[in-house]
Order: sequence, then C-alpha cells, then structure tokens
Amino acid sequence: MSKIKIGILAVQGDVTENFLATMASMSELGIDGTVVQVKTIEQISELDGLIIPGGESTVIGQMSLVNGGLKKIKEKIESGMPVFGICAGMIFLSKNSKDKVVGKVEQPLLDVLDVKIERNSFGRQKDSFEANISMEPIGISSFNGVFIRAPSVSETGSDVEILAKFNEKIVAVKQGNILATAFHPELTRNISLHKSFVKLVDNLN
Amino acid sequence: MIPLSGDIPDSKGAICGKIDSNSIVRGTSTLKRGFAHMLKNGVVMDVTNVEQAQIAEEAGAVSVMVLDKLPSDVRKAGGVARTASIRIIEEIMDNVTIPVMAKCRIGHMYEANVLDETNVDMIDESEVLTPADEYHHIWKWDFTTPFVNGARSLGEALRRVEEGAAMIRTKGEPGTGNVAEAIYHIKKVNEELRTIKSMYDSDDKQELVKMAREFKVSYDLVEETAKIGRLPVVNFAAGGIATPADAAYLMSLGCDGIFVGSGIFKAEDAQERARAVVLATTFWEEPDKVKEAQKMIDERQSLLGLDVKNLDLKMQERGSTV
Repeated sequence: MSKIKIGILAVQGDVTENFLATMASMSELGIDGTVVQVKTIEQISELDGLIIPGGESTVIGQMSLVNGGLKKIKEKIESGMPVFGICAGMIFLSKNSKDKVVGKVEQPLLDVLDVKIERNSFGRQKDSFEANISMEPIGISSFNGVFIRAPSVSETGSDVEILAKFNEKIVAVKQGNILATAFHPELTRNISLHKSFVKLVDNLN
Repeated sequence: MIPLSGDIPDSKGAICGKIDSNSIVRGTSTLKRGFAHMLKNGVVMDVTNVEQAQIAEEAGAVSVMVLDKLPSDVRKAGGVARTASIRIIEEIMDNVTIPVMAKCRIGHMYEANVLDETNVDMIDESEVLTPADEYHHIWKWDFTTPFVNGARSLGEALRRVEEGAAMIRTKGEPGTGNVAEAIYHIKKVNEELRTIKSMYDSDDKQELVKMAREFKVSYDLVEETAKIGRLPVVNFAAGGIATPADAAYLMSLGCDGIFVGSGIFKAEDAQERARAVVLATTFWEEPDKVKEAQKMIDERQSLLGLDVKNLDLKMQERGSTV
C-alpha cells in the first residue's frame, strides 16, 4: 500500500488547526502518510485527498481562481480525489450559494457538490453557537458542532446523502468522495470526522 | 483544537439557550476565538461607507472595519474621535456578506454595548478613537460579541487576553502610512515570546513568575503562552501598512493576517491597491507574486506618509500601560 498524502488548502482560513487534526488522525489510525499545506497547482496535483478549511468563502474562491488552483482542484475531485470541505469549504464545493441577507453574490465556486447553500444561515457572529450534532450514517452519534457564521444546505441533489441536520437545517452531507460540514470539527478536541476522512482517502489507495 | 488559555468558562458573555428544542451555547471562547481563526491569512480593511465596503469585498478582504473617518483623517481632524454612525454600520452589514467589525473607544462599555446590540461581528476596542477611560479597558468577558485589541508588547497583549480579547493586533502608528512601528512591535512581541518559551523549555519557573509580575497578568496565562510559544489568540499586524510589500513583510514575521487602515482608501488607486494587498498577503511566500502585486500599484498614488518621530499624537501609546 502506498503512503497517502493529504493536503490542506492554505489560501486563507484555519489551515493549521486542520493540519494538526489530520496529523493526529493519521497517527491514531496508524496510517502511514503525510499532511501538507498546499496552494499551488503543482502541490495540489500530488495529493490523494484535500481538506478545504474554514475561512471566508469569497476570499478562498477568488484567490484560488487567481493562481489556477480552482481548476486543478475541480479536476482532481472529478477524477475521484476525496475532499472534505468545512464551512467556507462547503460553500466553495457547492454548485450554488446565496447569502441569507444580501442574496446572490458573484463568487467563484468549484461546482462539484450538488447542493444549494444558504450562507450565514444561522445569523451573524453573535448568533454563532455550539450544539450537539448526530451523524448516524457515518457512525458518529454525538459530536460538538461549532457553528461560526455557519452556512446550511437548502437543497440537495439525488446523489447527496444527508449526514446531519440541526433545527431542520442540513449541516453535514456526503456525495461519493465529497464530505462537507457547516460546522468546525478542527476547533474541537474530537478528531473523529477527520479520522473518517483519512480512512476514506486510505481506502482508495 | 485551538488554545483556550486564560478562558473564563462561566463568563457572562457565554449564554446557554435553545433553538427550538435544541440546547445551544453562544459566546464561548471557542466561538469567539474561533471566529478570529477564520480570518487568518486575510486582510481586514478600514471603510467609511457602503461603496468602500463593496470594493473591499470584491477585492478579497476577509472583513471590513467601519469607521466614521479613516485614521489619517482622525489625526488631521483632532478633537474627540468616537464610534461610527450606527446607521452606516447597519447599511454596510446589509450590503456585504463578509464579517463587519466596528471600533469603540478604549474603556467605553456603552459604545461597546451599542455595537453588540447592532450585531457587528467583532468589536475593536481601539486606540484610534479617543480613550474614554485612562485606567480600565472593557471587561470583554461580559460580551457575547468577540473583541480585538491592540498591543505593543507581549505584556500588553496578555493583559488584553486576560480581559477577554479574542484576537490581538500588534499596533503600528495608525494613519501614518509608515510601517516602521508595526514592524518594531511585532518583532518585539516575537522576541518576548522566544524569551518566555526558553524559560519554559528549561523549566525555569522562577523567571516565569518574574515575567508574570512584569506583565501584570496571571502566572497561568504566562506559563500556557510560554508552553505554546505564541499568543493564545490570533494576532494580526496593524498600523501604517500602505503597500503589498508592507503586507507581505509583516506576514513573513509570523503575523496571522493584516489590518489596513488609511493605506487603501486614502490612496488614489484604492481599487487596485485593495486587490494587490490581498494578493501579497495570500501569496507572501512567493516573491514573484508579491512583485506582481506591487506592480499593480503606483507609488505616486500612495498615502504620502508621516515620520513617526515628529508626531504630536502617538495613538499607539493610548491604553498601553494599564
């Protein structure tokens, strides 16, 4: 079995936290592999899996467009590379996104996850919250969901599996090799979601 | 997982509640500091109206900071500088999707309350405005909205963290277009962090106790900071940043991101410059990209800038001794 290489998209956002959570996951699972922070087309080409961290989706999108990273990431995902998008990462993966207050905003999207997103779905920062989330379909019954100006999924395509809902809003989904959550597992001590993703990457290698 | 050093878990700002039948909690340190973590590697731009806020968003700003006047105009105008018009803050909040911050005066609890009620995403207790209390900063643990504070040294930064700041910006000298002070202060904070880290690594508790006394903060906070070798909250650079090269240099010194005040919207080429500063911040490790960004601006259109030595008013000194 070859050594797996997982990248954290290091354009903007909480890159280090995902880097550390992924390293810890690999070591707990006893999986041989490396974790790297990636930005350029060359770095992205070499990956077996990619995590798109939390941040501002408008910035991550625009800056990935500038250096050709966006096109490369799309190509890799379409050819089967597993990807895990968190909050801004979930928005960036989607086909369609609009803001709860401002409405439709032109922003570059990867257009690979067949969902419609409502940005800032739970309100502004003061409304940000922590709550217990259950993701039964992937065997995680209790998870501390940290929602920061979080989006939610307002519509899903037929291939999209709903992993979790909170207050009737969809907050975690899976579509083939694409995993996406509206909340931030990397801000907590619980690495079970990162472990699921590492296993997904490892199983394909 | 993010550092929660100095956290007060049962603070007034952390509120338990319900959304329908689901239990939730708001205003925890994870949520407040976590918000700042989402801004990392980004540029926060000072703006005074909706048009500037939209230019900032389109250029790739990670957030905007609303002021009544840009810092260089505050400097020129003199008098008392206060929090911005709430009407303008709300108008901006309704027209951009990125987070909106606003400044309140140092120690002015009720300007902060007003901003908290307005629902801004972060409050900057800022030395750019005229301090309202020479002896106390706001006790920020009482708020659900996160705060950012300025600091010129590690001691000042930790005092602000102990009061509940969820983010620090190392101070420069605002409104000058002169980056020298920002560089000096980030280097100073880095040096102090290295010093306490080496004390921790050599298990020299006696020296760490002395540092805690000097910093006027709790021993635990000093020890936990020394252990991780960095500030326990996100740290941006601020004050006097005017060009893409300024921004890239500060990123290379270990800052988590950049605040740009007068540097963009007091320049003649604001739109291009906003974009160029974001590009240089994102790609600071790639010299060719920083050069491309620098090429987008025209030095003849930069903010003229001021020599810090000859200033009558040094905003950076406000609130730094307490």
